[in-house]
Amino acid sequence: MESHQPGKRRISRRDFLKAGLLGGGATAVAATLVQGPAAAGHVHPLPVGVQPTPAPDSADHTGHHAAGQDHGGFGPIGEVDPAVNGFDPHLVLQDWDFGQVSTLPGGQTQRDYRIVAVDKEFEIAPGVVFPGWVYNGRVPGPTLRCVEGDHIRIEFFNGGSHPHTIHFHGIHSAAMDGVPGVGPGMIQPGASTVYEFDAFPFGCHLYHCHAIPLKRHIHKGLYGAFIIDPDPTRHPGEDNRQARSRHHLSPENKDVNEMVMVMNAFDTDFDGENEVYAVNTVAFAYMNKPIVIRRDQRQRLYLVNLTEFDPINSFHLHANFFDYYDHGTTLKPTLHTVDTIMQCQAQRGILEFDFKGFEPGPYMFHAHQSEFAELGWMGFFEVQA
Amino acid sequence: MTAPSVPEGTPRPSSESPVVGRGVSGPPVASGRRPLPAWAAWLIPLAALLAMLAYLAFGDPLAFFRSDLPPAEAVTFERIDVTPDGFRATVVNGGPAPVTIAQVIVDDAYWNFTIEPSGELPRLGRATISIPYPWVYGEPHFVRLLTTTGLAFEGEVAVAVETPSPGAPEFLAYGLVGVFVGIVPVALGMLFFPALRRMGRKALNAVLALTIGMLVFLLIDTGLEAFEVAATLPDVVQGQALVLLAALLTWLILLVVGALRRPGAEGTKLPRVLYVAGMIAFGIGLHNLGEGMAIGAAFSLGEAALGSFLVVGFTLHNITEGIGIVAPLTPGREGTAAGYRPRLWTFAALTLIAGAPAILGAWLGGFSYSPILAAVFLGIGLGAIWQVIVEVGRLLRDDAVRHDETALTWANLAGFAAGVAVMYLTALLVKF
Repeated sequence: MESHQPGKRRISRRDFLKAGLLGGGATAVAATLVQGPAAAGHVHPLPVGVQPTPAPDSADHTGHHAAGQDHGGFGPIGEVDPAVNGFDPHLVLQDWDFGQVSTLPGGQTQRDYRIVAVDKEFEIAPGVVFPGWVYNGRVPGPTLRCVEGDHIRIEFFNGGSHPHTIHFHGIHSAAMDGVPGVGPGMIQPGASTVYEFDAFPFGCHLYHCHAIPLKRHIHKGLYGAFIIDPDPTRHPGEDNRQARSRHHLSPENKDVNEMVMVMNAFDTDFDGENEVYAVNTVAFAYMNKPIVIRRDQRQRLYLVNLTEFDPINSFHLHANFFDYYDHGTTLKPTLHTVDTIMQCQAQRGILEFDFKGFEPGPYMFHAHQSEFAELGWMGFFEVQA
Repeated sequence: MTAPSVPEGTPRPSSESPVVGRGVSGPPVASGRRPLPAWAAWLIPLAALLAMLAYLAFGDPLAFFRSDLPPAEAVTFERIDVTPDGFRATVVNGGPAPVTIAQVIVDDAYWNFTIEPSGELPRLGRATISIPYPWVYGEPHFVRLLTTTGLAFEGEVAVAVETPSPGAPEFLAYGLVGVFVGIVPVALGMLFFPALRRMGRKALNAVLALTIGMLVFLLIDTGLEAFEVAATLPDVVQGQALVLLAALLTWLILLVVGALRRPGAEGTKLPRVLYVAGMIAFGIGLHNLGEGMAIGAAFSLGEAALGSFLVVGFTLHNITEGIGIVAPLTPGREGTAAGYRPRLWTFAALTLIAGAPAILGAWLGGFSYSPILAAVFLGIGLGAIWQVIVEVGRLLRDDAVRHDETALTWANLAGFAAGVAVMYLTALLVKF
């Protein structure tokens, strides 16, 4: 069978923008800053249940390709190479950025983050390259994780070709809101600023660029998850157990397999309709290579919707049900025992479930807008005993 | 570049020899120069051209206008065949730069595919994409191609019906359609010939005017159809120009052919009226070729759900063509010997010339529809029909001159109007 060979990169119109407008040394600065956090010894733990590279004899991997063939040719041709993109959806799942941790004189924890916006092309479906704008070289941007009450300090450098901001969903002053015309306002290319606030309320939040035109700045890829763990000392009583489970420094948190999924989509021909849907950017990433989870382990999924152009997106889990914490701002579920939830743009929440007693095997999850699912937002949990 | 100077001692060229670079007036400045050899006369402009191309290619004088932006991609669907297990699309890269098809989306879902040839599609390159897909009988489907730059190009399967593969039964069926829309109506129209023979001169002139009306309708119809097809072609093919140039060339060829056998040109035995009838048949034949292609393509691409109704419509529509062809053969025409009676084979031949192309068209349209070919044939038809209108008009005018009348009579106008009206009204049956 003469098969198509996608994935070959070539110079395109997007490189022009990058080369032309970043030419004045900004590239070098951006590169240093992007590498900064990694060089500073930031924690990039290997995902607990995820196999970064499948063994050659990996049954689930090959099994799924066979299954794909059985479905009459559904799905894309080829696979996206994470090495070329510089980020891997499977690593993004559990790649928490805890920041540079220090303690302020008053005893408050401070977390320092560095975020750089750059222009970058990345593959969103095999062979399909998107000219994006990204935070720290990846989409979604780094998953910032902290604890309720921490002092957050984000050094933002704009190494991109357009003015950008970072707007956090959370509680902060007007000046720290990251919107045009207020406080530092739009950060021009080559300029930088610092956003500072105390992390409240606990929950599953997000951040995104709020430069205008907003639609394009979000759609281009400037967003990420922002997770504030509850501080168990502030939540005594019956909620304490759940607070400890959510708090990344508690031992109880290690019992849970945590993942973050940002639902996003890409309008590759800029006609206001998305050609590619995904979680964590790469279409069908978790279908081509399922997420391996242990069936007796509690699963916690931080789910954020940053789909542009479509009013809502959704999450449906096959053969199972989950508890849902809308916005993650409560320690008791806001929805019990559901298998589908929907989110408008910027809505987010936490899903908790396990596969205790289930037969091992691939369990599907996807948007229950069939169109989104078939355009890339579809994946499998490979449940193992 | 200057002409080579003449070394001393060489004999001067004689005054008869060609002179290079002589001015319009003044002394013959170049008379002292040796004539440029023929090879040099060819070489110098070519060398100059090469030098300029080299300068453009390597000197980069137009750097100001260049950006690193690649030109916009343009991929055109030429045809989408519906196969038992999916679709087979033929696409053409009409853009200025190579294109790579990265993914295929069918009805908003990513789908596997194979592409032949694989890899980059060069400018004007053509590729066949096979997509396994469980299509639904009678329903529309949309195939989108996503290139590496993320641009999307869409093709439509208006009504999913399996595209016939050219086997014997299909050939027969499509041939039969051609017979019904081409040969049968023309032959039926010719059956009016005995009736036409009994008509008076003025009534016959009105019938000729009716023929002109019919042809004018075909001219408009063929022209619009040609431009419609041309619009679907990749821009680089310059479809509209192709149509007009095909029409112009055809017209000129017919003029030359006509000049060869004008009165006075000896060695032609065919009476003029027979020539005119043959020309009408030829023009109509080309129109019917286009019509056959349209019908064949419509059937095979599932757009013609009306089936036999459509065929009946075309049959009625084309009867007028038969009348038009034989109208000039009626007696009393200039160039007709007093006792001239067209023989049966004449009618048969005219019928074949006018009708048989519909069969060919149905096959072409059904089995290997090519919009470029269709545009060219329709353009040829356009030119031929125009020339036929001129010829029939001349018959009318000559007749009027011989009888010291004008051809612009109410009867002729009524005939013309009737011709247009009949064609228009019967076309209502077949437009979809």
